[in-house]
Amino acid sequence: MPGKTLYDKIWDAHAVRTEADGTTLLYIDRHLVHEVTSPQAFEGLRLAGRKPWRTDTVLAVPDHNVPTTDRHLGIEDPVSRVQVETLDSNCARYGITEFHMDDARQGIVHVIGPEQGATLPGMTIVCGDSHTSTHGAFGALAFGIGTSEVEHVLATQCLIQSKARNMLVRVNGQPGPGVTAKDIVLAIIGEIGTAGGTGYTIEFGGEAIRGLSMEGRMTVCNMAIEAGARAGLIAVDETTIEYVQGRPFAPKGDLWDQAVAAWFDLRSDDDAHFDRVVEMDAAGIVPQVTWGTSPEMVAPVDGRVPDPRDMADPVKQEAAGRALTYMGLEAGMPITQIQLDRVFIGSCTNSRIEDLRAAAAVARGRRVASTIKQAMVVPGSGLVKRQAEAEGLDAIFKAAGFEWREPGCSMCLAMNADRLEPGERCASTSNRNFEGRQGQGGRTHLVSPAMAAAAAVSGHFVDLRDLPAAADERSAV
Amino acid sequence: MDKFETFSGLVMPLDRANVDTDAIIPKQFLKSVRRTGFGPNLFDEWRYLDHGEPDQDNSRRPLNPEFVLNEPRYAGARILLARDNFGCGSSREHAVWALQDYGFRVVIAPSFADIFYNNCFKNGVLPIRLGADEVDRLFQQVQAAPDYRLTVDLQAQTVTTPGGEAYGFEVDAFRKHCLLNGLDDIALTLQHADDISSYEERRRREAPWLF
Repeated sequence: MPGKTLYDKIWDAHAVRTEADGTTLLYIDRHLVHEVTSPQAFEGLRLAGRKPWRTDTVLAVPDHNVPTTDRHLGIEDPVSRVQVETLDSNCARYGITEFHMDDARQGIVHVIGPEQGATLPGMTIVCGDSHTSTHGAFGALAFGIGTSEVEHVLATQCLIQSKARNMLVRVNGQPGPGVTAKDIVLAIIGEIGTAGGTGYTIEFGGEAIRGLSMEGRMTVCNMAIEAGARAGLIAVDETTIEYVQGRPFAPKGDLWDQAVAAWFDLRSDDDAHFDRVVEMDAAGIVPQVTWGTSPEMVAPVDGRVPDPRDMADPVKQEAAGRALTYMGLEAGMPITQIQLDRVFIGSCTNSRIEDLRAAAAVARGRRVASTIKQAMVVPGSGLVKRQAEAEGLDAIFKAAGFEWREPGCSMCLAMNADRLEPGERCASTSNRNFEGRQGQGGRTHLVSPAMAAAAAVSGHFVDLRDLPAAADERSAV
Repeated sequence: MDKFETFSGLVMPLDRANVDTDAIIPKQFLKSVRRTGFGPNLFDEWRYLDHGEPDQDNSRRPLNPEFVLNEPRYAGARILLARDNFGCGSSREHAVWALQDYGFRVVIAPSFADIFYNNCFKNGVLPIRLGADEVDRLFQQVQAAPDYRLTVDLQAQTVTTPGGEAYGFEVDAFRKHCLLNGLDDIALTLQHADDISSYEERRRREAPWLF
């Protein structure tokens, strides 16, 4: 019998019962909850006269609707306010731990789970949010669910699931300078397509993945869903253990030692069978920029906007033509000639301390270009914000002309007041460039934090590797 | 949930790939704390010429005459014919609630995003995967013939064209059973409450840090 993949191991450890057709009742260890996809679930529970099965597994936080400025004034939009208040009252009613909007620990649900140690290796983790795949960076099986499933997990601590197939994406070698986790995952999506991972759980491996920090691994797993996979996974190693140790929700003392001993088995066996294996060469990846309205529409920064006429598949050709019209781009134009209106650094993909450090390293000693209407930095959590301020990153951003905001999902999906106006073009460190995602008629280009900062100070995309030295770097020479 | 009965329904073609859930129901409508009332905002940004907000009188908004949903011949459609990777992106179940509230009971496409596919079954909507060639043929037929209807039989797992051509489709036995009988998943799972409790007992010994 072949060995097991990491996915097989976590799945087997959580199967409560399996029916003849393979349908499995899967036990859930951690349930993360936010305000947008939970109200109808709590209401369903109430209407059926049911109670949550195990409230100690639930951690709730408002993130999608929260304002990123003047938070002490509360939420101006009455509809958004009701949604956040509904979360507050549901959590109070059932005794669920919630980080309120004014709590220093509040932030994007996929940032605070790991930050608090609520995300642990080997867990099953769900949330009514597709970017739950983020937590797979810890060797946890984590995936997004719909609101009916949120209710199902609240009521039963389980989900009815069919097992996905196993895919391995192995990124060999080491990436060159200026190439980040974001560029790696965008290149993977460009390679396998936005539906390439549909029906699979993707394990990311290889030297380039092993070499990433936990922040980088979270960025990669976060966008597994953009490749169609509900869950992404990375094996546990010393980097994982080091990150988790000492966090508030992580086990302590003897329990910690027991847990660590078990967690080191959270890797695929050498003889494990994968249904599909994709090999990539990290050295071949250059900083990436999306040009279209699907994350698979991506090009290297030193490349050009593709010509739909060069595409063989008529459906792809039609989609690319439509995307270029929506994006207001000409086929064949160099990516570096794309001029921007706004820059957004934030989201569950890229708002952690390391992301902010990378962006600040570019912003330092430079100024946001005069043609940029707005460049904003939205930290992933109150604790990320505090850390960044302790390191002086906020001062660097502000001196360069960036806005320094309060934590939340913000302009990744524009449910709060932060959004693009029709026709505006944005360099964004978020995860989706869909039509209207950042505001109706808005045009989104997905990039890494350093590339976003470089675009902000240049007014257009630039190859980070060619960026002229900043004023203070020049004077230092 | 209502039982899924065999029916014959008018088909609306939506000829684009990778239709994401942001397009099916834009973010501003997710602020609702209800499950109903999303139908008038289905495909809001494609369907109307202005910007939509919750609690608007949608009947007074300017329609986009070029969007297929607004063509009179598709009024009352109950079957949506779509392309690859339908429902990708955000997990928002509001996308299914909007389709269902508008009147769609079936979506046919060559492939679906996993979370959307799953959400459909929780709401009595049947997502049907057919071969890309079969979907192509249906697109040609629906565009050529007004009042084009398909008959969907979940029990037999077939989609039948007006010309009598029947296409078979796959569906998990469990999901089919639940949809045909209008069963509530949670009640079914709670029948196994003892299994869940004994799993927890065992797991508490094996991995005590999770409790």
